Amino acid sequence: MLIRRGGAIKSGEITGREVYLSRRELMVGAVALALAPAVAAAAPPAAGQPLAAARNKAYDIPDTPTKFQDATTYNNFYEFGVNKEDPSNLAGSFKPRPWKLQVDGLVQKPKTFDLDDVLKMAPLEERVYRMRCVEGWSMVIPWIGFPLSVLLKRVDPTGAAKYVEFSTLVDPEQFPGQRKGLFNFGGLDWPYTEGLRLDEALHPLTLLTVGMYGQVLPNPNGAPIRVVVPWKYGFKSAKSIVRVRLTADEPKTAWNKAAPQEYGFYSNVNPKVDHPRWSQATERRIGEFRRRETLMFNGYDQVASLYTGMDLKKLY
Amino acid sequence: MTRRGRVALKVVAWAACLAPLGWVGYRAWGGDLTANPISFLTNTFGDWTLRILLASLAVTPLRILFRWSWPIALRRLLGLFAFFYATLHFSVWLVLDHFFAWRQMGADIVKRPYITVGMAALVLMIPLAATSTAAAIRRMGGARWQWLHRVVYVIGVCAVLHYL
Repeated sequence: MLIRRGGAIKSGEITGREVYLSRRELMVGAVALALAPAVAAAAPPAAGQPLAAARNKAYDIPDTPTKFQDATTYNNFYEFGVNKEDPSNLAGSFKPRPWKLQVDGLVQKPKTFDLDDVLKMAPLEERVYRMRCVEGWSMVIPWIGFPLSVLLKRVDPTGAAKYVEFSTLVDPEQFPGQRKGLFNFGGLDWPYTEGLRLDEALHPLTLLTVGMYGQVLPNPNGAPIRVVVPWKYGFKSAKSIVRVRLTADEPKTAWNKAAPQEYGFYSNVNPKVDHPRWSQATERRIGEFRRRETLMFNGYDQVASLYTGMDLKKLY
Repeated sequence: MTRRGRVALKVVAWAACLAPLGWVGYRAWGGDLTANPISFLTNTFGDWTLRILLASLAVTPLRILFRWSWPIALRRLLGLFAFFYATLHFSVWLVLDHFFAWRQMGADIVKRPYITVGMAALVLMIPLAATSTAAAIRRMGGARWQWLHRVVYVIGVCAVLHYL
């Protein structure tokens, strides 16, 4: 059953691409003037507030970014509900501040960071990444964050650490999808956990993300802090994370537990390995009419060396 | 039931069955078919196909359980509207989703059981829709016609499997 959105947004209220691009130029310019450290010293801004970050051109792609309106109203975030519009309809009262991020497990220096500490940990960069959902649709999103490796090096993983596990907040008060009830059949165990091999987590592409579109990360997109792993299907990029744990064994992941034959631990974007119920050869880019070919590793060939000698059909 | 009662019932049923299409049209007019309009249209038309099909299948149980006979007047109408939404659902998949990429669609029909049963349900609906007139019943003879129209139970099973 599709439920009509509460407040319909008129097409005239959607931020045009030109507007948002010019707004971003303005902000990048502002950073250059103010010098980044001064900005980083300020208190963490709330969702919707502008967030300054210098564009990292090394990751620029020719693809046109998805409309902000689409990227914030068409989301899979089962903590709010199983429908795409649930996060945008229900995340208004979500409180992403104050927030703590616990980093522990097989590390020399376990620590619980305040969100402010995380925001000051490294200069924020803007990176435009492709985002491919396992369901066969994709977006292009200008994220803001810094490499996850910065955080991991801060806690000094021990030699035994081989994997990283991410956990999303559990709070049924704020996440209606986590409430026990007759109509909650999302089929996932809470907390939502995801994981990466340590070398994947340390790869420069893996972004600890606190913003998008020049703004503080909106609630439906995993505020206040999430992971973005652009060469894997979107569900690997855990949202609203409260814990990062280093482990020796492969962590159990939410979708793998729910349907192991459909969602593997690796879940690299791979046009040659179909989902049991649909082909992954093509995708619909949100905002485009015709399907386009899906690229191996979502076009991020630089990660191929992480999987040398692995049978990616078996380790899907 | 009086003739007037039957007419009123049918008017209500027509309006109810056309309401989902009107609702989609209204949202399309307002430019509000979600960020993924094709998926939205496919799912909406598919959902309503199944709902109306199940409503048509409820006619006999209602008669047995509650001794209601009036729903029988709606059965053909419901069946044809189910076929109507199934056709819309299929057309969106054919034209908007795959844009006549026959090879890919053929592979999906063969390889993916849920598409196979969905396709089967649609194909099986065609002879039923084609023989839905009073003239067809006369031409075929009641017994043969009824035998053919029991295929609706197969269609119902296929449609539910396709949805799951």
